[in-house]
Amino acid sequence: MSSDKNRKFGFETRMLHAGQIPDPHVGARAVPIYQTTSYVFQDAEQAAELFDLKLYGNIYTRISNPTTAVFEERVASLENGTGAVALASGMAAQFAVFMTLLEPGDEIVASAHLYGGTVTQLTHTLKKLSIGVRYVDPCNLKAWEEAITPKTRCLFGETIGNPGGSILDLQALSALADSRKIPLIVDNTFATPYLCRPIDWGATIVTHSATKFLGGHGTSIGGAVVDSGKFNFARFPTIADPSPSYHGLRFFDTFGHYGFLMKLRVETLRDTGACISPTNSFLLIQGLETLSLRMERHVSNAMGVAKFLAEHPKVARVNYAGLPDSPFHDLAKKYLPKGPGAVFSFDLKPIGGDAREAGRRFIESLELFSHLANVGDARSLVIHPASTTHQQLSDEELAAGSVGPGLVRLSVGLETLEDLIWDLDQALAAL
Amino acid sequence: MGLGSGASCAISLNTVLTPEQQALYQDTGCIRDTLDQAKTIAIVGLSSERQKASYFVATYLKREGYRVIPVNPRGGTILGETVYPDLKSIPEKVDLVDVFRPAGEVSDIVDQAIAIGAKAVWTQLRILNFEAAEKARAAGLNVVMDKCVKMEHGRFCGGLHWAGMNTEIISARRPRR
Repeated sequence: MSSDKNRKFGFETRMLHAGQIPDPHVGARAVPIYQTTSYVFQDAEQAAELFDLKLYGNIYTRISNPTTAVFEERVASLENGTGAVALASGMAAQFAVFMTLLEPGDEIVASAHLYGGTVTQLTHTLKKLSIGVRYVDPCNLKAWEEAITPKTRCLFGETIGNPGGSILDLQALSALADSRKIPLIVDNTFATPYLCRPIDWGATIVTHSATKFLGGHGTSIGGAVVDSGKFNFARFPTIADPSPSYHGLRFFDTFGHYGFLMKLRVETLRDTGACISPTNSFLLIQGLETLSLRMERHVSNAMGVAKFLAEHPKVARVNYAGLPDSPFHDLAKKYLPKGPGAVFSFDLKPIGGDAREAGRRFIESLELFSHLANVGDARSLVIHPASTTHQQLSDEELAAGSVGPGLVRLSVGLETLEDLIWDLDQALAAL
Repeated sequence: MGLGSGASCAISLNTVLTPEQQALYQDTGCIRDTLDQAKTIAIVGLSSERQKASYFVATYLKREGYRVIPVNPRGGTILGETVYPDLKSIPEKVDLVDVFRPAGEVSDIVDQAIAIGAKAVWTQLRILNFEAAEKARAAGLNVVMDKCVKMEHGRFCGGLHWAGMNTEIISARRPRR
């Protein structure tokens, strides 16, 4: 085989081809949906060797599936990782990372700018497993450093924080994690690998809610864990020590840079059961095939909308790192040069002293933006936390969570930009 | 077996070799040729313990259709195959010598590999001996260093893909059955 076959293919080529070579039996060009729970063994010995992890292969779709494998390898390729495991949701994906890495008594140091569901998972659910979390201002490197204790086993943050739009200083954080010999875990849901690849900046593990921009059409819930393969787990007990559930198998010793993901798949995913449906994998693969095209339009529309809002007299503030006056603009230029995503928030000025009422009325006046609790759809989405997800909180409590009563979060879709601006303009006029 | 026909790039993850050394000892074409042409693989340092990496590799290669010959001074049988104390004692032709022994022993293993007419020497992850590698290359053997033979075979034959790993193989061609 000559070395002219040694080629690093471009991002767009890998969006379409990575993880799928047409199968020799049928030659199907689209990725087939293997809607099957289980797989027939060749013989008893092969079955035993599969269960013993000595062979690669499929046993049961809770652990692996050929359609899902295409999705996994494609996401791994786009993130420049060594591999990936897909799960039922983004929440399941990050939970699987923590369940694989951590033991009772361990601690996580996490950014305070996280999706609310992640905060409850870290604060309350992991607490039941005696895992602690310390939140820090993600923009304050010294705060990260000071929060690390001998119990700290990983750092965790979002490339683009939800909903404030802060940008993680990936290079500085990965250097800090390296110096403490702990992995840096980055949720890259809002950026997608088209806008930012945290592994290229030194992150160890990347998580995704594939439900959002990776799938991109609001059809399917799914998640993924990607490993860089670069972290030395030799002294990390949960990955390096003999596993009691596999006859003393030492995953890092046996599987090397695949050890973490192997353990996550055959222990955590096997035992917690949060597997993705093969049909959802198929739909998410369809999304990946147009990721770059969609993200280009998402960020250009987001920039257009942000500029419009920033100049509108009824808008108090726009929190988008793409705007030059954002405190995160420089970090965004460094880590997200194509644009800092398409999800951002802005604050409405109060009507007669009532910003909460302004938010409620604004949402109800919109025609094109869908009022719902999701982001990353091809369609434009909107939510007003103070009248929905955060409605039980007082104005003071909202302020403590840096969610103002007039704060509105947008996920800017792929519609005609002029139509989006028209819609926002007419809804603002109704205030 | 059947190694796919797709183009691929060299995986540079998880190796301590420099890019120049990777070009010499981890060339994708050389790896595929070696795996494609080998029928008999002697595994030097194969352990009889079922949870050791070498045992995983041997089980896998056997299932994939290779004739596997264990080499270990302890003797006996492993996976139903007679264990030989060294390469010189193997009474049949060996195509590939796969090494699970410390770097200091590789030079002697290479001498024996050359003497028995093996076509390739492969040292597993983190087993580095450049002098021995050059000696083998000078004698016309293919040399692969700091790679796992199971991972590489799994990469080109689809198994690693099923585990969600990044094979970096891209092809729109339909492989022959």
